[in-house]
Amino acid sequence: MTATKSPPESNLNPSPDPEAKVLPSVSVRFCGDSGDGMQLTGSHFTDAVALAGNDFATAPDFPAEIRAPRGTTFGVSGYQVQFSSNEIHTPGDLVNAMVAMNPAGFKTNLEYVEPGGIVIVNEDEFNKSNFKKCGYEEGYNPLDDEVINAKYKICRVPMSRLTRESLASEDSDISVKDIDRCRNMFALGIVSWLYSREIDSTIDKLQNYFGKLKNKPEIADLNEKAIKAGYYFGETAEFFPSQYEVAPAKLKAGEYRRISGNEAIVLGLVTAATKVGKPVVYASYPITPASDVLHGLARLKQFGIRTMQAEDEIAAVMIAIGASFAGQIGVTGTSGPGLALKSEAIGLAVMMELPLVVVNVQRAGPSTGMPTKTEQSDLLQTMFGRPGECPVIVVAASSPGNCFHMAIEAVRLSMRAMCPVIFLSEGGLGNAAEPWLIPDISEIPTIDVKHAEVTEEEFLPYKRDAETGARPWAIPGTPGLEHRVGGLEKQDGTGDVSYDHENHALMTRYRAEKITKLQDVIPDLEVEGKGDTLVLGWGGTRGSILTAATMLQERGINVATAHLHYINPFPKNLGEVLGHYKKVIMPEMNTGQLRMLLRSQFLIDIEGIQNLCGRSFFVEELADSIEAILKGGAV
Amino acid sequence: MTEIALPTYKPKDFASDQDVRWCPGCGDYAVLTAMKKMAANLGVKREDFVFVSGIGCAARFPYYMDTYGAHTVHGRAPAFATGVKIANPDLEVFLISGDGDLLSIGGNHTMHALRRNININIVLLNNKIYGLTKGQYSPTSEVGKVTKSTPFGSLDEPINPITLALASGGTYVARSLDVDVKGLTPLIDRGAKHNGTSFIEVYQDCNVFNHQAWFYATQKETRLENTVLLEHGKPLIFGAESNKGIRRNGDAVEVVTLGDEFTEADLLVHDETNLSQAFTLSQLYYPDFPEPIGVFYVDGSRPSYDDQLHSQVDAVVEKNGEADLQAIITGSNTWTVE
Repeated sequence: MTATKSPPESNLNPSPDPEAKVLPSVSVRFCGDSGDGMQLTGSHFTDAVALAGNDFATAPDFPAEIRAPRGTTFGVSGYQVQFSSNEIHTPGDLVNAMVAMNPAGFKTNLEYVEPGGIVIVNEDEFNKSNFKKCGYEEGYNPLDDEVINAKYKICRVPMSRLTRESLASEDSDISVKDIDRCRNMFALGIVSWLYSREIDSTIDKLQNYFGKLKNKPEIADLNEKAIKAGYYFGETAEFFPSQYEVAPAKLKAGEYRRISGNEAIVLGLVTAATKVGKPVVYASYPITPASDVLHGLARLKQFGIRTMQAEDEIAAVMIAIGASFAGQIGVTGTSGPGLALKSEAIGLAVMMELPLVVVNVQRAGPSTGMPTKTEQSDLLQTMFGRPGECPVIVVAASSPGNCFHMAIEAVRLSMRAMCPVIFLSEGGLGNAAEPWLIPDISEIPTIDVKHAEVTEEEFLPYKRDAETGARPWAIPGTPGLEHRVGGLEKQDGTGDVSYDHENHALMTRYRAEKITKLQDVIPDLEVEGKGDTLVLGWGGTRGSILTAATMLQERGINVATAHLHYINPFPKNLGEVLGHYKKVIMPEMNTGQLRMLLRSQFLIDIEGIQNLCGRSFFVEELADSIEAILKGGAV
Repeated sequence: MTEIALPTYKPKDFASDQDVRWCPGCGDYAVLTAMKKMAANLGVKREDFVFVSGIGCAARFPYYMDTYGAHTVHGRAPAFATGVKIANPDLEVFLISGDGDLLSIGGNHTMHALRRNININIVLLNNKIYGLTKGQYSPTSEVGKVTKSTPFGSLDEPINPITLALASGGTYVARSLDVDVKGLTPLIDRGAKHNGTSFIEVYQDCNVFNHQAWFYATQKETRLENTVLLEHGKPLIFGAESNKGIRRNGDAVEVVTLGDEFTEADLLVHDETNLSQAFTLSQLYYPDFPEPIGVFYVDGSRPSYDDQLHSQVDAVVEKNGEADLQAIITGSNTWTVE
């Protein structure tokens, strides 16, 4: 197998074999050591499927450890992508093909491959030393395991050796280490061939990144050679049962880009700032999986955005509140443990009645939990995790792209009600990517913000607007409106410190009522599909629910679906919608937190489907659970 | 450009309509007086002042100033003040709080405000006790302090606010006395004009829970013996008869009596730009030494955090040109679906 050297340039991206099998949808998982560059490999492949016009959804699956000891199971990093000629909403349950760069990746990820699926392994890494590191018994080679070979199509490729052979050059001082780093591109070449994805654009990106940005043209060339070598290996080796093709999806016409949830939050906040006409002050303390929002905003200073990496979570939210007090858009971002630390300060903003946006990219808890794994288990903390009767506005995004819209909504609602908003995202949305129809910014409405002005009447800092229930926002620097705010209970109207019993009851009601009043300016809940069962979801479960509903339809079961993006307040028509259905089912990645809220507020029974695995619902699993409920069986 | 003349203020123009609710005889009253005097003469419009505080007796301060004000949560006032200042650097931000608030629960934030050199003014009212919670020992209480929470005496070594401020990178570090409105007012004024964090510790008497804790330094009879006034370029002389001084002796300093053996020329001359000397002075404790009052250290050369933050924004705007939102939203890697 030396055919991989010097591929002919003229034959760079041949059209797929006319014999190529056309599939509606394919999912692929790349896994290997944290240092093997799997996220990058997956990301490049995703770009290629996007360019080919497929719909896609991705899910990275990486450890919290940055570089765990090489070859161990806890150092395995994975990246899954599904691409399709149909509209899809999830990265897929079990994958059709997997690339495992080492035994540890193979061991921990094999369960994600469908029976009969292709598993391409770097055979050179399947050695005694690596078997030991990942805990295989001495003398056992999983590649020789009959059960495994019967279940999967195992393709052994000596990637390390082939990469070295392809890239070795006598008159070069390129190190073996640099060459070995290109193995991931060799693997990407194989997969690109297997699924008929072109590699030109990836080569351009590699040349641009290593050649131009990093000024290392020799490394760029190595990567280019490696991906080409892998591609031609796929073509020549006759290893695979067939080449596959996935036709372009029929997506809505327009210009698309790929977007992750965290990128969408960044763009949403910048857009909101423009639409309000005020700068965002974003203060945050690094925390997985929310740090990318800080990284993203820190690069956009040309929009007047000020970012601060605060000394801790509490400082971050206090800086944001201070900025809001001074008349700007105070925003902080965190994940569950950080939200817990911020809770007292959020209460202050509730009492001061100032706008504030708190982004919570949730992860699996409690405590440090599983920082890189997703969950929806902060909902009740978000609703109630503060001392006193302390309501806040709560919104939740349902897809990576939807994070853009909900970030703008968070800013809008916060400004209107003069009240903190907690914006719930999830690790599974933050890091996942999907195609995004690029919005025309001029079509996004402006967000009107009124500031208090001096009038002939005495200025009352806690006098409420009849329509919104909000107090006026008077900004320091405005003569004649000097006033004091604070955490002590306020006298209605004057805002003076008050310990009056009746006043406290009144103010407690006011703080809640202005949130309820937002029902007038948020959209009603929309239902898709027909049936006497409603599958209701919130947050990142939307993709799984929609896909499960389609799957059920194929099984002859019709369910309606709806998805909540506004949790406090709920959409005005929610009670009415719930009343229409014989049965309401709510899948959640927690023990039933929103179900608890809905049951107590609407006094209806709702059946829950709980996923506590730290990953998104598998669609088939979800469809089975819904079907079981409908058939009266146990879930 | 026309200069708009500032209104002429009197101290009482800064008094809010709220009744002051500190205990009669509390040292905080004197600080409030000094603050209003300073504010009336600083040359800053009333609406541009923001008083921020945390929690504690001293933290009620903003309610009594007729300016913008925020009484925030325990210990976190430095962060809130930072947010105000980076949002609008034109505001004159004061942070008034106590030893428990700024050195215990908020120690972290105090340290970080100082090291960033954010252009705010911190006035720490140090009464060496928790007043609002009715008399527990504080992070500045002396070892062995008997209080409700330490009936057999406290075990913790006290924090020295001045040493902490210097070690944190403070660029204006001073100390004053609640009884000395005349001395305190110019210290606050100078701190306000300093571009960077100004930090002033005020020895303040809690006449209910820790009465007379500072009397050695504040009372007429003992003050001259137990404190030494720091004046830049002047020798460190103290004592009721101005006959004592502080002299460097090797790595240490010592108290000497002026006379035949030592003259003024032998004494340490205060240099407020000398950080290591400021450290040394911050470590002088009664009764072995007089405790220094005045400006320990000033570094006017370090830019403030807020200035740097805004110059960074300006520089990026200049480099990247006018912000084009649609271009950022679109990104550089797109494809078109027909």
